[in-house]
Amino acid sequence: MSGFKVNHKQYEKEDRKVEFSSGTIQKVRQIISRYPEGRSASALIPVLHIAQEELGGYLSVDVMDYVAGLLGLLPVEVYEVATFYSQFYLEKTGTYVIEVCRTGPCSICGGEKISEFIGEKLNIAVGETTEDGLFTLKEVECLGACGYAPVMQINTEFYECLTTETAGGIIDMLRKKGEKKEGSRWTDKFF
Amino acid sequence: MDRQILLKNISVPGISSFGPYKSSGGYDSVIKALKEMTPEEIISEIKKSGIRGRGGAGFPMGLKWSFIDKKSTSPKYLVCNADESEPGTFKDRYLMEHLPHLLLEGMIIASYALGAETSYIYVRGEYKYIIGILNRAITEAYSNGFLGKNILGTNYSLDIHVHPGAGAYICGEETALLESLEGKRGNPRIKPPFPALKGLYGSPTVVNNVETLACVGPIIIMGGEAYSTIGLGRSSGTKLISACGNINRPGVYEIELGLSVEDFIYSEKYCGGISNNKKLKAVIPGGSSVPVLPSDLILKTADGKPRLITYESLAEGGFETGTMLGSGGFIVYDEDACMVRNTWNLTRFYHHESCGQCSPCREGTGWMERVLHRIETGEGRWHDLDLLVSIASKIEGNTICPLGDAAAWPVASAIRHFRKEFEFHIANPEIVKDKNHGAIEKYINVRSAV
Amino acid sequence: MIAVTIDNIQVEVEEGTTILQAARKIGGKIVPPAMCYYSKLKGTGGKCRSCLVKIARTSNTDPRPAAKLVASCSTPVQDGMVVQNITSPEVIETRKAIVEFLLINHPLDCPVCDQAGECDLQDFTYEHGLDTTRYEEDRREFNQIDIGEKIKLHMTRCILCYRCVYTADQITDKRVHAVLFRGDASEIGTYIKNVVDNDFSGNVIDVCPVGALTDRTFRFKSRVWFLNTVNAHRDCDKCSGKVTAWMFGNEIYRITGRKDQFGEVEEFICNECRFEKKDKSDWIIEGPRKIERKSVISQNHYEIKAKQSVIKPLEGKVEPLT
Repeated sequence: MSGFKVNHKQYEKEDRKVEFSSGTIQKVRQIISRYPEGRSASALIPVLHIAQEELGGYLSVDVMDYVAGLLGLLPVEVYEVATFYSQFYLEKTGTYVIEVCRTGPCSICGGEKISEFIGEKLNIAVGETTEDGLFTLKEVECLGACGYAPVMQINTEFYECLTTETAGGIIDMLRKKGEKKEGSRWTDKFF
Repeated sequence: MDRQILLKNISVPGISSFGPYKSSGGYDSVIKALKEMTPEEIISEIKKSGIRGRGGAGFPMGLKWSFIDKKSTSPKYLVCNADESEPGTFKDRYLMEHLPHLLLEGMIIASYALGAETSYIYVRGEYKYIIGILNRAITEAYSNGFLGKNILGTNYSLDIHVHPGAGAYICGEETALLESLEGKRGNPRIKPPFPALKGLYGSPTVVNNVETLACVGPIIIMGGEAYSTIGLGRSSGTKLISACGNINRPGVYEIELGLSVEDFIYSEKYCGGISNNKKLKAVIPGGSSVPVLPSDLILKTADGKPRLITYESLAEGGFETGTMLGSGGFIVYDEDACMVRNTWNLTRFYHHESCGQCSPCREGTGWMERVLHRIETGEGRWHDLDLLVSIASKIEGNTICPLGDAAAWPVASAIRHFRKEFEFHIANPEIVKDKNHGAIEKYINVRSAV
Repeated sequence: MIAVTIDNIQVEVEEGTTILQAARKIGGKIVPPAMCYYSKLKGTGGKCRSCLVKIARTSNTDPRPAAKLVASCSTPVQDGMVVQNITSPEVIETRKAIVEFLLINHPLDCPVCDQAGECDLQDFTYEHGLDTTRYEEDRREFNQIDIGEKIKLHMTRCILCYRCVYTADQITDKRVHAVLFRGDASEIGTYIKNVVDNDFSGNVIDVCPVGALTDRTFRFKSRVWFLNTVNAHRDCDKCSGKVTAWMFGNEIYRITGRKDQFGEVEEFICNECRFEKKDKSDWIIEGPRKIERKSVISQNHYEIKAKQSVIKPLEGKVEPLT
């Protein structure tokens, strides 16, 4: 019987200097203060969100090591958490990460067609990034907007009740905007 | 059968902000609870109301609160479970988006009753903008004296913080949620001990769903006794139902428990019937984890009584002919839906979301997905159906947390009620190889004898 | 002290004792198998589900049975509890299923695996499994890596018991490996190119119930059942120096911790003792050590087992205890 091969994920440390701005450090301190004394590990998930937003759009080894240092954790305690949650990206992603819901309710309302359509339009497969580095296409599990199916989330925005026309329009609009993401980072806005 | 409790002020302009919310009677319950009631009196009102957890398990809320270890010298915690990830469920998102203060109101009273001075709202990572809405509401509550030190001049102080998740369905399980809140992988804990004794940071903790906590304020205002008269029998109160799938009016509706499923699906007030004038084929009434029922069994119980939206009526007939209310996520399938494809799709979800800690779920969900995928793509074998039923039965009940059950029930029920459709797939590989084959109800009468 | 009955045998234990520990106090055939629980490591257990048992009576105050099977390794006993292990057909059936689940992504490469003969999964399968499989899909396969200078990780064989992670957490000062990713894509790994390098890291080999973590200094040298086992010790400034030496003639093939009848090491040993001291003159030999010969290790002495050897529930006493 043929098996499917999995390669152990082994990443290189780049020893790139990564650092939060002093404003962000302030923010991290404030987040840590939400948890009891000695429980700064609790801040790990919010701080990883910030790190992903601010330090290059994904969690490289160096970024995670930096976060581990900030929170007084072992690097491996950060890796094991970062690899567990779907929203932490371990590889470089595009400016716009298009996450199309593929679960039951969206799928019966045409979700699969949306993802297929976007893939064809951008000429990439699910999981890939366009050559210009603008878009990454992902299929994700339930986004919790089943009544407005099919849905996709691009960075922080939900786009609901999609048709291939509206989905195409959204992609065109974002392409026009290019690298300039709208407004401030969501972690600044919402945290 | 249409009293509104949670959403009664939903159309007040600006209700998500403190001003309009307060002037429509918001936070009155906090004033009443903190100034006139003891924690014991509050717990007793909640018990009298008969309210059951709205997150899916339906555990009586008053009872859950009474388990908390009051004698413990460690701090107590209330954690709001806003990790709504059950496919078909989006009511908590709606509630937090439009009525964030209703949640805070309930959390303040609950924290006071439980003796908690710090509480957290664990919001799923996908709901980023909701985090913003909640933080704004929390800031408003602080600046109006409903949070912080000495609330309303009493001795009671409370801080509420929002904690984001990062994309893991399993964190909706309360102990996985606590692990995640402590900054770890979302692996459910081995129980006992239960969170009421050892929860967050090893301290006594209560975890409640958003909708459950939102009910606390209204219960305190009207009294537990009065609340218990709403609804039907042991299913007291109202319930938010998120309706989706092939219906004309998908969305979130507040219904009084006891409404008939038929009314809910066909009435213009709610779902407005099946879209494109198609026929109803099947319904999953409680989020994707509960058993799916074909149209005749969802509208009427096996002995011909109308099926009502209550914990008891939906469960009538056990898993043979019944299902569960779960989280109240109605997924409605029309006659064109392929049940094999949908079952495979949901199993893929559970396979993807299994934390991988215990062996039946880690290995079994993937196994079921692979077998279902084969059947769906025209490579099924005749023994596959019995195999699937057997795998599902071996996962069920043998796992650390209920995700195993949640993965097993959809498969077992789909095969129980739509076996002929599965058999059709196996017998007609050429037809089902076409990805858009849809339902095969057109070819044969799908429903197998029950 | 409280009283608990396991497979019709009563035992008195202290409050807070788990069902598995109570069963181990009785000993013999009624001890549930344990693939992930390790009494010397805090927090282990509950994961593999191979020790599931039936609670026929919860306690004196609550005589109802438990709704589901429970993990005996993590469920505390209560006074008057009645537990069924090998007297419950439901437990026996479930155990078959657990074997099947553990094996679907296992390579079944026992003929080339160093662990063969002392493998918990092999024993578990032999005792509780079926001799066929219903799994026809593809199996997951990992490439092999050296997770430490002397430690080979063969992830394909791993059953994700988490024991090695707890070991690194509790007896080394800095853990560098973990369970990464999620679900059946989980893997033991270091994430970055890094090796497990610590004086006590070799103990992960001893706690591994399968052949996922093996001793590179012993790989392919010999089948374990060809070796004589002796207790040996030396003066060591890092650990107790008390080990089991696995010998062929006068040659030491490998060193491990001393394992008790439940397959757990009595004391963790350091890497120097384990990997570097392979000369007989390094050790003071105390004498032969009896190895628990459970199943496959008993070369040429296989017990031919009647399959389906379920003892009818609650019918008299269980067979004599060894």
